[in-house]
Amino acid sequence: MVEQASAPAPLLSVRDLHVRFPTERGAVNAVNGVSFDLYEGKTLAIVGESGSGKSVTAKTLMNLLPRTAQVSGEVTYDGQDVRALAAAGTKHFFGVQMTMVFQDPMTSLNPVKRVGEQIAETLRYHLGRSRSEALEEAEELLEVVGMPEPARRVSQYPHELSGGLRQRVVIAMALACQPRLLIADEPTTAVDVTVQKHLLDLLDRLRRDRGMSMILITHDLGVAHGRADDVAVMYAGRVVETADARTLFFDMRHPYTEALLRSIPRIDDPVHHRLDPIPGRPPELIDPPEACAFAPRCIYAQGDCLGGVPELSGLVGLHRFACLHPTGTERGMAAMSANRAAGVTAAGLPVADSGGGG
Amino acid sequence: MNAEDRVTGKPKASRDPRASRQRLLWRFRILRLVRPSRVSDDSPAGDDSAVRRRLGFSFWLAVVWLLIMAFVAVCAPLLPMADPTKVAFSGPREPPSLDAWFGTDALGRDVFSRTMYGARISLAVGGFAIVFGMVVGGSLGIVAGYFRGRLDQAVGFVFFVLLSFPALVLAILITATFERSMLVVSLTIGILAVAPVGLLSRASTLVFAEREFVAAARVLGARNGRIIVRELLPNVVIPMGALTLLGMAVAVVAEGSLAFLGLSVAGEDAISWGKMIVDGAGLRDLQNATHVTMFPVAVMFVTVLSLNFAGDRIREYFDVKELAF
Repeated sequence: MVEQASAPAPLLSVRDLHVRFPTERGAVNAVNGVSFDLYEGKTLAIVGESGSGKSVTAKTLMNLLPRTAQVSGEVTYDGQDVRALAAAGTKHFFGVQMTMVFQDPMTSLNPVKRVGEQIAETLRYHLGRSRSEALEEAEELLEVVGMPEPARRVSQYPHELSGGLRQRVVIAMALACQPRLLIADEPTTAVDVTVQKHLLDLLDRLRRDRGMSMILITHDLGVAHGRADDVAVMYAGRVVETADARTLFFDMRHPYTEALLRSIPRIDDPVHHRLDPIPGRPPELIDPPEACAFAPRCIYAQGDCLGGVPELSGLVGLHRFACLHPTGTERGMAAMSANRAAGVTAAGLPVADSGGGG
Repeated sequence: MNAEDRVTGKPKASRDPRASRQRLLWRFRILRLVRPSRVSDDSPAGDDSAVRRRLGFSFWLAVVWLLIMAFVAVCAPLLPMADPTKVAFSGPREPPSLDAWFGTDALGRDVFSRTMYGARISLAVGGFAIVFGMVVGGSLGIVAGYFRGRLDQAVGFVFFVLLSFPALVLAILITATFERSMLVVSLTIGILAVAPVGLLSRASTLVFAEREFVAAARVLGARNGRIIVRELLPNVVIPMGALTLLGMAVAVVAEGSLAFLGLSVAGEDAISWGKMIVDGAGLRDLQNATHVTMFPVAVMFVTVLSLNFAGDRIREYFDVKELAF
């Protein structure tokens, strides 16, 4: 298969994005060559654990990185170079074309301003609404995001709202100018599970109603499931596997994706069933060795995994994975049985002879 | 029942009288004098089970005193009082009487009316000085704290120079060099206030600039100027404002100290508490006509005490508030 030339151009296209932070201990390579496309009206989920570079990727898109960060690569939004737009200080781009919802609703609202004013301010600034028009619209927006009693809420302060309601306000603010692209950076991490579901459903509904595209950043594959069209799994600043959601969940190739999925507790597991964690810790991002970053934690690891960083296979837009012994293939099976027989992987991780299959 | 699920019947409440009363309350809440009684999320309006924090009776007593002094200072010429500058050779150093409530001083001038007039310069100098310190120090601090880097270093250097220069020497230097108008005296004290206020605003800017709402404003398209004015300033003003009264108390005392050195506002017409105290500070007066100094001292004392007291209560009030976020 090849990429179809006649397909519409993606709304957002990221190519070979690198982000480095110089620190006293050496440069932190937070993002190492991330590429993806996002089409109009689609949702891309970026999944990874802490330190995998998913949030840094999002912040790069929104030009939120500290000045010390060294960025290279190409970010194109609707044919325009986003980093050039940001550098030029273009008015009415961020917030109108693309915007972002943050993780913690406790700190992402200004504590001394009423929520109505905070929403209205965006409208007045970008769309030139009058104060009263903007406040009315703010009230409507609060209604759209499912806020009970919007008329009363507009004149309340953030500390009078619960976490879930605050996050609704944040979403209303983000939606105010009808952006075409919404980046949601772990939008539900700080709220409890029932509220999580409400908020995710809300985001999904709003995206469909308004034809927005969305990048959903999360550490929870469960959040991505059923809401994302495409999923990119990140590890140590790289995309290690990316595919459409169905393929990724049911026919994954990367052992990390597999391990992530396996670590999610299932409802039909027996009571007091042992969780299946991923052994080890995420790697250091300073001076990473020239090897697969996941190898020390991977039950498939072979000698060649330690010899170099595996490249992402295939073309952008297809099922791509960066693994020399992909799970669910013959090479993977061979690697697994070799490790089982030896009782240890090439990277020194002990492997039990029995245990869950590949 | 989950709060998120509850959607009340009326989507748009009409503007009922209670809503307007609420709105009035919000106005006060901007001043942060009335603390919100409802802190929880969706409890329908009205249940006041949440603890309401109060500033207390003595706070309001202090405020009333300060308001009286402010009223007297503004309206002194309109009030039925003796001319504070009129010299009466007939009765110097008269003790308090019904005619002259606080007695008369060495030149036979009415101490009561002089004390009332004295509030004008003392409060004006104190107020202007602290406002100057807030505006200049506050904005320097915010800008330095927001942009960091070289600008921060430069501003920090200026602050530390100001702080390490002996305050009194600086004050004497300025007031001795320039004509001692009210503006110069106020500015002198104001300049001394710049560094402490600036360091405070810089410190709180550093804290708030890290909060996500600044990043949120940026992703919504706001740029530096807008972020400073619309996002940071309303937050930084609160801890600064809480210190206004305390700062003013210091400034009033500072004016008194300058007056004692003969360096307060020049001229016979310019009456300040400090100058009155100096007038009556001769040994003979202190022994025989204590009222000449005691009344301005008492009024100044109560005023500074009120400023400190009210200021301290406000500061306490907001400190707790900050933690509550």
